[in-house]
Amino acid sequence: MSHVETRMTLNGKEVTGHAPADTTLVRWLREQAHAYEVKEGCNEGTCGTCTVLVDGKATTGCTTLAVQVDGARVETSACLADGDELSPLQAKFWETGAAQCGFCTQGMLMSAVELLRSGEKVTPAKVREHLHGNLCRCTGYQAIVNAVVAAAEEGATR
Amino acid sequence: MTETVQHRGAETTRVVNTEVKRQDSREKLLGKTRYAGDFDIAGQLYAKLVRAPMPSARIVSKDASAAMEVPGVVAVFFGEDVPNNEIPTNTAGIKGRPQPPSWVLTTERVRYHGEPVALVVAENTRALAAAEALVDIEYEPLPVVSDPEAALEDGSPLVHEGGNLLSEWNIDRGDVDKAFADAPVVVEGSYEAQVVDHAYLEPETGIGWLDDEGVINIKVSTQEIEHYRRIAHVVGLPDSKVRVQAPYLGGGFGGKEDMTVEPYIALAVQRTGRPVKMTWTRQESLTARAKRHPVRMRYRTAATEDGKLLAHDIDIVSDAGAYPLLSGFVLLYITLNATGPYRCDNVRVRSRAAFTNNTPGSAFRGFGGMQPVLGYEGQIDKVADATGKDRVEVRKRNAYKRGDRIPAGQPIETAVWLEQCIDAVMEAIGPRPEPSSPEHRVGLGLACNVQPYGRVAWMNDSASAWVGCERDGGVVVRCGVPDVGGGQVSSLAQIAAEVLHVPVENVTVHFGDSSRTPLAGRTTATRQLYMSGNAVLSAARELRAQLIEGVAKATGCAEHELTLAEGGVLTPDGVVPLPEVVAMCMANGVAINAMKTFFAPTAKPVTQLIDSERIVPDFTFGAHAAYVEVDTRTGQVRPLRYVAAHDVGRAINPLSVRGQIEGAIVQGLGYALSERIVYDEAVNLTGAFYQYAIPTAADCPEIEVKVLESGEGVGPFNARGIGEPPIGPCASTIASAVEDAVGARPTTLPMLAERVLKCVDEGGRA
Repeated sequence: MSHVETRMTLNGKEVTGHAPADTTLVRWLREQAHAYEVKEGCNEGTCGTCTVLVDGKATTGCTTLAVQVDGARVETSACLADGDELSPLQAKFWETGAAQCGFCTQGMLMSAVELLRSGEKVTPAKVREHLHGNLCRCTGYQAIVNAVVAAAEEGATR
Repeated sequence: MTETVQHRGAETTRVVNTEVKRQDSREKLLGKTRYAGDFDIAGQLYAKLVRAPMPSARIVSKDASAAMEVPGVVAVFFGEDVPNNEIPTNTAGIKGRPQPPSWVLTTERVRYHGEPVALVVAENTRALAAAEALVDIEYEPLPVVSDPEAALEDGSPLVHEGGNLLSEWNIDRGDVDKAFADAPVVVEGSYEAQVVDHAYLEPETGIGWLDDEGVINIKVSTQEIEHYRRIAHVVGLPDSKVRVQAPYLGGGFGGKEDMTVEPYIALAVQRTGRPVKMTWTRQESLTARAKRHPVRMRYRTAATEDGKLLAHDIDIVSDAGAYPLLSGFVLLYITLNATGPYRCDNVRVRSRAAFTNNTPGSAFRGFGGMQPVLGYEGQIDKVADATGKDRVEVRKRNAYKRGDRIPAGQPIETAVWLEQCIDAVMEAIGPRPEPSSPEHRVGLGLACNVQPYGRVAWMNDSASAWVGCERDGGVVVRCGVPDVGGGQVSSLAQIAAEVLHVPVENVTVHFGDSSRTPLAGRTTATRQLYMSGNAVLSAARELRAQLIEGVAKATGCAEHELTLAEGGVLTPDGVVPLPEVVAMCMANGVAINAMKTFFAPTAKPVTQLIDSERIVPDFTFGAHAAYVEVDTRTGQVRPLRYVAAHDVGRAINPLSVRGQIEGAIVQGLGYALSERIVYDEAVNLTGAFYQYAIPTAADCPEIEVKVLESGEGVGPFNARGIGEPPIGPCASTIASAVEDAVGARPTTLPMLAERVLKCVDEGGRA
């Protein structure tokens, strides 16, 4: 498999990598850009653990090839905090206990950010529907739903 | 929403029993936490298993020559290459039955689909994948046995030479036959639970390397760092030459209690001398890693006319799959928990676990306390219905009281708040919602459970912890716990902070390292808070006494004049700040650290017939209630509202307690309604995650948790274990709600639409 050069804007910074053309976005981000905050849970697009935003749209990094997003704006959860200061959404996750093992958290946050930015009215039912592609095995979702609703009430977008 | 009901006279605490926001959660939210799969080492190799494509076969030949031709392939190993390929089975207390070993790489015989046969090691994952396909193994298919009851019949194909009966546990208490002969009410029921997968989101993964002291180091996602001894045995090294570190886990639920990638990484590191990384795919994990045992349970129950239990006669068959792993212990727990939280003086339980060619069964949250809830709660509802009594009243009337003995003999020594749990959920569940259409029916379900916490007494369990002060006044805890995500580490920090009167942020916990942190045992059996929490409590108290001794020696004050206070030691002349206290200790020959080991109560092993004063440390009780809506046209069940109450003795961190309960409920709802591993003649057909329906946020109801605190438990600050117990009642709660809605009860899990539709027909309320 020939290597190809791929460029993207990752969390506001230009990054370039050389990888085989069939490299998935999640592996590209981890291996080429050292974005270890992006986790791989199933490699078949089911669990949502590897969710990142591609040009603002929540996308599973395991069913997307890096070359498909050449030139795109990619955001991972690393873009949320301001240094060590949690973003408003992250702070709500912290307060409600929405991150237990934390493995689904990075993808969960990005799907929630997509919802918060959408301008749609955020109700518990809306959150549940919007996050249905992000599996969590620890929390029972209740704390996550509470966190996203609370963040929306404060007008948070990250 | 959480409400805490507290007992009277609780000791006042500052840090313990408060909603501490967990430091580990903060790091996880920032994306800074490095899980086992997030470590890479320059020059690392990659390893992958070649797994058997069929469930039962003789291995005719093995040839790695074509695979070795692939550029980048470094080695291919078979079982013959493993220094000690045989992993002994350790099932203390199970005597007189064959206890065959399992194999690192099977050499002659395949016993389940996906069993490891060869290990490929390569420079990169592409070479690995290419080589895996080229390892040439010729199999001769052998007869398959996939049904545990068929496996126990004469003439069944044998999975192991000693016969297909792996273990048997029995209880025989009172005079069961007489009780049935005299009983005015007898009810019967059969219940069946399926195979399910843990489905934690972090797959099995690890990385190993050889250090300059000749120690094989493995960073791995595991619930048990003490596997280092088994790993050392496999590669033929002294125990001290293997080190296992468990960084924060991305979930475990029992699925990372047995070894997963460890022996393969160790072998590859030993043979190549290079760092080696191994991550199982989700598909491998689903196909071949151990599962929860499917069981069939037949209950006969006798009662008085007013609903008092007189006798249980119970027969249970569990499918152990192809290798023993922890099946003997799980069966012990199934047997021990077969009658639930109700007093019954005449009990006969016969439980058997059979070998089949299915995926091995082993530990999964609930550990045998899970499956029988379906049976005993089904029976208690039948007793209520047969006697015309209210289901709540029948439960209360039969609930254990302190001092009652469980059928296996052990008395219950702490408070039993089952009634309080029932009252809490029945009040909180609220008014019955209106059905969403004339075709829908709404039902209310209730189920209770009891689950032991801590290991079986004859495992002689212990946990050690070290607590010390730094010169800057920081507190350090060293304790070898693996943190599976439940807040294990955070709770230890709270306990140390409480005793030493420091802010919890000032406590650093080093954890999960078999050579650098005192061994504290596995994070399983709802034991970690109980065991390691008590060890940290005891070490912190000892350190507190030392700090006071140091100040007394330095100042001439009497020790009784001194107490720990915010910021240091309070003397008649004011507070001596902690850094100064540390200096005073060091100048006066007083140690600034302490290590303590906590020992659980022990007892001699029992065999087959369970009859003992002491089997487990203590118990956790709970009750769940739920409304569901059933679509009578399709059989679809939708949980509308779910409430749970458990007496946790005292919550160290109510936030973590609530998290455990809410998470367990959703895992339990998956067990109840949608999750199953499907086999065709022992071939595992559930090889992809999309085929395995774990509940999504959209599938789940609003959950309300009631944390009850009786103030009695044998953990630190009278805490009880809560990691596993809340998964128990879920399936029965839903079954009971469906029965209330449609008039007939599903008894086979999961309650798929087609099964519920049969209940709709049977119930005749459509």
